Amino acid sequence: MTPNLHLWLIPILPLIGAAINGLFGKRFSRQAVAAVALGFCGAAFAMALWIAAQFSSLALPHIEVLTSWLNSGPFSVDYSFSLDQLSLVMLLIVTGVGFLIHIYSVGYMWEEGGYYRFFSYLNLFMFFMLTLVLASNYLLMFVGWEGVGLASYLLIGFFFQRDSAAAAGKKAFIVNRIGDFGFLIALFLMIKHFGTLDFQKVFDAVKPYSPETAGVGFLTAIALLLLLGACGKSAQIPLYVWLPDAMEGPTPVSALIHAATMVTAGVYMIARSHVIFERAPSALMVVAIIGTLTAFFAATIGVAQTDIKKVLAYSTISQLGYMFLACGVAAFSAGIFHLMTHAFFKGLLFLAAGSVIHGIGGEQDMRKMGGLWRKIPWTWATMLIATFAIAGIPPFAGFFSKDEILWRAYQVSWIYWLVGLVTAFLTSFYMFRLMYMTFAGEYRGAAGASHGHEEHAGHGTHLGRDEAAPASHGHGHGGIHESPAIMLVPLVILAVLSLVGGWVGVPGSLGGGNHFDKFLGPVFRSSTPALNTEHVQPGEAAPPEQTTEGTEPKTGHSTEIMFTGISVAAGLLGLFLAWLLYGRRTDLPDRIAASIHGLYSAVAHKYWIDELYAWLFVRPLIAISGIVFWRGIDQGVIDAALNGSADGARELSDEVRHMQSGNLRSYAGWIAVGAAAMIAYMVWMGLRTQ
Amino acid sequence: MFHLILFSVFGFICVAGAVNLLLQRHPINSALSLVVVMGSLAVEFLLLGAEFVAAIQVIVYAGAVMVLFVFVIMLLNAGVEEQTSGSRVAWLLGIPAVVAGMVIVCWALLTHSNAGSAAIGALPGHPADIAQLLFHQFLLPFEVTSILVLIAIMGAVVLAARPEAVERTKREG
Amino acid sequence: MVPLSFYLVLSGILFACGVVGFLIKRNIITIFMSIELMLNGVNLSFVAFAARWQQLSGQVFVFFVMVVAAAEAAVGLAIIIALFRTRETLNIDQVNLLKL
Repeated sequence: MTPNLHLWLIPILPLIGAAINGLFGKRFSRQAVAAVALGFCGAAFAMALWIAAQFSSLALPHIEVLTSWLNSGPFSVDYSFSLDQLSLVMLLIVTGVGFLIHIYSVGYMWEEGGYYRFFSYLNLFMFFMLTLVLASNYLLMFVGWEGVGLASYLLIGFFFQRDSAAAAGKKAFIVNRIGDFGFLIALFLMIKHFGTLDFQKVFDAVKPYSPETAGVGFLTAIALLLLLGACGKSAQIPLYVWLPDAMEGPTPVSALIHAATMVTAGVYMIARSHVIFERAPSALMVVAIIGTLTAFFAATIGVAQTDIKKVLAYSTISQLGYMFLACGVAAFSAGIFHLMTHAFFKGLLFLAAGSVIHGIGGEQDMRKMGGLWRKIPWTWATMLIATFAIAGIPPFAGFFSKDEILWRAYQVSWIYWLVGLVTAFLTSFYMFRLMYMTFAGEYRGAAGASHGHEEHAGHGTHLGRDEAAPASHGHGHGGIHESPAIMLVPLVILAVLSLVGGWVGVPGSLGGGNHFDKFLGPVFRSSTPALNTEHVQPGEAAPPEQTTEGTEPKTGHSTEIMFTGISVAAGLLGLFLAWLLYGRRTDLPDRIAASIHGLYSAVAHKYWIDELYAWLFVRPLIAISGIVFWRGIDQGVIDAALNGSADGARELSDEVRHMQSGNLRSYAGWIAVGAAAMIAYMVWMGLRTQ
Repeated sequence: MFHLILFSVFGFICVAGAVNLLLQRHPINSALSLVVVMGSLAVEFLLLGAEFVAAIQVIVYAGAVMVLFVFVIMLLNAGVEEQTSGSRVAWLLGIPAVVAGMVIVCWALLTHSNAGSAAIGALPGHPADIAQLLFHQFLLPFEVTSILVLIAIMGAVVLAARPEAVERTKREG
Repeated sequence: MVPLSFYLVLSGILFACGVVGFLIKRNIITIFMSIELMLNGVNLSFVAFAARWQQLSGQVFVFFVMVVAAAEAAVGLAIIIALFRTRETLNIDQVNLLKL
């Protein structure tokens, strides 16, 4: 018996919160707004926990059909939600981390204007994300997909009075749309070939196909188009350009949407569609290549950034590249594992960065920070834990997930492994660089950060607090200060998770049982023998129906342990180099930068990709819009037709009105003409009948 | 024969009078031409035997209506007509239309008509006979027409009165 | 014995003269007289047809036409007088206030 878990409630609860706050929040007090937002988000989290508690008793996948949605001939789509191990993991991450970030935001946004609007949007985002995660067909997932893009746009452009923020919101939405275009075409192809969009039905229909190794068949086309959609949402090459700009939004937004949840939607979608991808090896390879390239590329840019949030943004892009790499080598559960640990430590990093920014009064430029570890110790400690996690230092969370990805990548090609290793080194380097520049040494900020009460231009309209403006105004409560408890508690919780979160996935080579892998095993069980021969561990037999996940090799761990050691060494090397350049000899970075001026300039300018896109796509598009569409079609055809018909009517009436001349004689003339015609007609009729 | 000569002579006078009405520039001349037309028309009526109608034509039409016209012309001191620009439609469309219409009708009448001929004094219209018809068959139109005339008198008085006179009568109630 | 059509042609000519007078004359009173001319032409054709069909009602009709024409002339001239008082002109081309 399948119990009714009321899965539909989980997304609806935040939606109700969003509606209440959105419609009535303007009149509520801040406490009420916060209570509504936290209440509904917390309720969703509680439901997720309750479902997790009953999980073992469910028959999986657990599908609940709410109602029929579209019905067009043989094609139909329902509002139906499904639950399996993968969606449970995503569900817990989204609701759990989301709830923590909601709590944090209550404190962070306390002095900002538009408080109710922020929480309304945040809850709205939760609704869409949960719809995406719980959907049991592609169309409902697409609804969530689009919706999170919308919520992202609203939240990035939250300080909409700032031009840069509004532009960043637009950029995010438009770049996402390009990806969504690919997603849509993939959906259409699915409808054409399978006649349905339901996950179970599509995957059952795909399973009989053998992998398309020769050329590009329709499965490869679908897979590549889905990949395009994922690239847009998860900020991979070539559609990553929106994520750094998205840092214009408030820091909790960056933490929730652009670190923990929305950007992982692409990875989730690829993992969910693994059945299709496994039968399109060329598409899988493209996924891996894009992931690897993006990881490396973004890491190199992150090395030269000076804005604390931009470093974290490029770090996110880079880590997402790792997840894509994992999916590209068919190590889907490894990718999801890294998704989970990344949610913990990246969310923590962003929240802590927000705490730093909050503490020093709005400054985001790391060159103006320094020496903060004494003043904001809790923030420093939690951020340090997150940095160890992302650098892949054991026993923190990131180590296990990243290591598994690198190991599985090596088994497909050593190139993936090597690039991944170098990227790991770079990741460690720039993250510890961030730590040293922010917390160590002497404070380099403007002295004005410690003055007392300064006039605020309206306490509730603090726009621009998140921009890299000189710290010219403090809070009025004097100097650099630690954040309030409401902001620190989520940091601590996430820090604990960053430490222990990886322990569910300790691989067999290090003595663990890799429970995470086993848990997700049934989801990623696939029946493609051809794919599995590559993944055979040394010394393991290959049964006819092989699984790619969920089994652990029993022997031959020595190579794996060696590679583990190498990746740890890379992380430590990065730490050492950062200490050297930013802790010890702080004059060195500038000298190095000066000596490789060209390369450094290219990196610091993000390889001028934004400028390239602008020149290649944006300007021609605007030109075409202005010349062809606006002047040519809108003004020349549509307006001209409308005005032309109005003018024509006017001219016609202008001619006709001359008949009403007021001149009696012309009236008489017309009457005479009419009478003569009548007479002639009557005479003719009379003569005819004669 | 005699009938035809009389008809032609007086018909010619009719037409001549009508054309003269068009050609004269002073309205008083046109009015007098119209009187001539009415007179010769009365003779034409007589030729067809309509004695009563001919008599009324002279007494009422020529004798009262035309006098009224002449009175008004003299009252308003209408002078020679000014030459103002008229209506192109009237000249270009109206006159050709009328001429064409008349030509068609005349041609149809003269060539295709089988109306026959009328003798001199064809239908004697004695007053007694006409009165018979008037008070028996046409009683209702007769009465209505009399009311019409009454209304016309009142209307003419009101319309032609001087504005101050109207105000005074209103005030004096 | 005059063919009836002659009478009718004469009537038509008179009528046509009346219409042409209406079209080409500028003095309002002259236009009115053209209208009377038209009515006279019509009277002639009534009497002619009465003689043809030997029905006296034709002549009675002429009687009524005359009465109505008289009434109409009276009222029309009264209007002309009123018009003359306000517009100070008898030129029909200047009585054109009802134009667009």
